[in-house]
Amino acid sequence: MSAAASEGQVLLEGRDLELWRGESRLFTRVSFELRAGELLHIVGPNGCGKTSLLRVLCGLTLPETGDVYWCGKKVSRNRPDFHASMCYLGHRESLKADLTAEENLVFQLGLRAWLSAADIHAALDKVGLSKRRLVPARSLSAGQKRRVSLARALASGAKLWVLDEPYTNLDVAGRELVDQMMSEHLERDGLVLLVAHQAHGVGAGVTRRLELG
Amino acid sequence: MEWPGLGAAFWLQLTRDLRLAFRHIGQAANPLMFFVMVTTLFPLALSPAPELLMAIAPGVIWVSALLASLLAAESLFRQDIEDGTMEQLALSPQPLSLLLLAKTTSHWLMTGLPLVLMAPIVGHALFLPAEAVPATMLALLLATPVLSLAGAVMAALTVGLRRGGGLLSLLILPIVMPVLIFGARATDMAMQGLDVSGVMYLLAAVLLLALSLAPAGMAAAMRISLD
Repeated sequence: MSAAASEGQVLLEGRDLELWRGESRLFTRVSFELRAGELLHIVGPNGCGKTSLLRVLCGLTLPETGDVYWCGKKVSRNRPDFHASMCYLGHRESLKADLTAEENLVFQLGLRAWLSAADIHAALDKVGLSKRRLVPARSLSAGQKRRVSLARALASGAKLWVLDEPYTNLDVAGRELVDQMMSEHLERDGLVLLVAHQAHGVGAGVTRRLELG
Repeated sequence: MEWPGLGAAFWLQLTRDLRLAFRHIGQAANPLMFFVMVTTLFPLALSPAPELLMAIAPGVIWVSALLASLLAAESLFRQDIEDGTMEQLALSPQPLSLLLLAKTTSHWLMTGLPLVLMAPIVGHALFLPAEAVPATMLALLLATPVLSLAGAVMAALTVGLRRGGGLLSLLILPIVMPVLIFGARATDMAMQGLDVSGVMYLLAAVLLLALSLAPAGMAAAMRISLD
């Protein structure tokens, strides 16, 4: 941990997390602290429970033991507050195939915040999809769908980004875009939880690694 | 941090689901087709004698409506689970029970309400006396939302299973039996010219009970299915 990263209040904290799936233990005694402007890179071999850990941190899966804290409060007791400040990009793109990219974003972001059409256009423009925003999601390529999800994170205004393999399906320019988005988000004092096999391109001063398995 | 209110979230979810349903109108019309087909097959398979058809009309209409809603319940949440949008609903700051109630409402508008509107035509084909039609429609109007709500709770519980279809019917049927019994009774009593208000009040009470309990049940079951 670098000196700069140890300042400030802990926003996200996992304490002594343990998760079992059936008869096998995925991970045990996982603890970490994350402050504003920091990125946590979770690494480990396939099947070691990286995605499961992210789901536990989001509140989708209940851990066997341990708790997740956001701003010092238990997430399980303050679900709406935590979820309002978090944006989760999972394996699946969470897009309705019959709705256009724009309609998908209007709905998903509309549940979280009052956004104007201009905000959503700006986010789609940033990920390079302004020309494809009125195309049904089923006709978008896998990489373009991923870009729509990235636009969701951008426009959500969430403090904490939870990214599960964000580089999947993206071309070189797309991977650079993810790095750039994360760097800018960290500069705005945002937090990033990242699961990725490859190395990311964010400066070392604000990042930490958590190895599973 | 502030987020849009409950009314806005309900409306967003409802309009999104209706829009999706209208883009797949053939799929949404399946339960209605089923209802019409089953009820018109009875005169063909039995005999077109008016006395016989009139005698079986209440049972045929209500059993078909029940089976049509069972058929519809299966598809209620499956798509959302498969494409991952359900995770996003569970991770939004809005109460999951409210969003699932909105989904169920849209589902009822697409699969339950058409049954109510189709009832006079189906009733006519089965020689249901004209004076029994309003009572049947009112009873269906009270009963079909109960069928949708009960179906939604059970669908949320079984959506995580790979082959939950058979189990789903087994779970729903016992719960909605009272609705079938009171509903068919309402049609029967109206055909004999009796006062049906008692049965209607009972159906309305069951609807209120379902409306108050089902959303919490759906949300709890869905969180288990997502785990």
